[in-house]
Amino acid sequence: MTSYYDRSSYLRGVRDGLPFILVVSPFALLFGVVATEAGLTVFETLTFSAVVIAGAAQFTALQLMNDNAPTLVVILSALAVNLRMAMYSASLTPHLGPLPFWRRAFVAYTLVDQSYALSTLEFEKRPDMTLAEKTSYFFGVITPVLPNWYLWSLVGAMVGQSIPPALALDFAVPITFLAMIGPMLRTGAHVAAAFVSVACAIGFAFLPWNLGLMVAGIAGMVTGAQVELWMVRHAAKGDAQ
Amino acid sequence: MIDKSDLWIIIFAMGIGSFGLRFLFLGLVGDRAMPEWVLRHLRYTAVAVLPGLVAPLVLWPAATNGQPDPARLMAALVTLAVGYFTKNVLAAIFSGAGTLFLGLYFLG
Repeated sequence: MTSYYDRSSYLRGVRDGLPFILVVSPFALLFGVVATEAGLTVFETLTFSAVVIAGAAQFTALQLMNDNAPTLVVILSALAVNLRMAMYSASLTPHLGPLPFWRRAFVAYTLVDQSYALSTLEFEKRPDMTLAEKTSYFFGVITPVLPNWYLWSLVGAMVGQSIPPALALDFAVPITFLAMIGPMLRTGAHVAAAFVSVACAIGFAFLPWNLGLMVAGIAGMVTGAQVELWMVRHAAKGDAQ
Repeated sequence: MIDKSDLWIIIFAMGIGSFGLRFLFLGLVGDRAMPEWVLRHLRYTAVAVLPGLVAPLVLWPAATNGQPDPARLMAALVTLAVGYFTKNVLAAIFSGAGTLFLGLYFLG
């Protein structure tokens, strides 16, 4: 049987993943707290975190459930937030695609923002890594991150009920999302997409079943893609002159 | 109040869906390249959905019965600005929460 374990790559992954405990834990804690505030039990909250492992999508689903949006709208909106995972999957395929089926399935389950970002950075920095080294590095990154995601979701769910309403936790979700949106606005196309999304969400807020958000999402995506195309053409024209 | 049978449907649909998205290319498509126009739209999904989700929550908070609230508006602006300029999610969360508490304390 082939071994996919390389000790030094694994340890390097663990070391690089360690600082992300500080990012993941408060986020998981907050999800636990907000979920129990919304009426979920400790068991439901932990299952949610363990099955989905995607903070932004989980917060989205929670918010829409609180608004009594139809089940299908909740699922579609939350999955739309997670569409970036498909991009991560596509970009890791050239590196980890040759793994056996069940290992690829396990990579997929543990594919989150942190494991994707660190792994692609490492694979680009060291192009001559073997499959075993790449796999070990990937799972090294996950080792400190994932257990803390479970643990702090659980802690948040357990302390959630004891937090007083004066803490204005209703606003924890918008603040968390806004904090994530800020760093995402990397280019003019991202800013334009966000701007159109906000305008449509407010303009179409009268639509039933949170359909305004669907309109905003589609309009934002098309805007981002079109602005990107325009910027590329504009840059090409500038080079030609 | 959240309906419990809907909740379990949502948890498992999201679990299967999220895993499907993560496994889509790694597991099924293999090394084939995706069409560029698909990638171009996928790049903007998060910035297209999240701002639209947040905007009504910021403008019409449920805690104030949908009335715009200066403390919450200020907190939202500070969070977004700190996140944009520092690229640091935690710094943005703490600045936003700090602004919200100061705002609620001084503006009521």
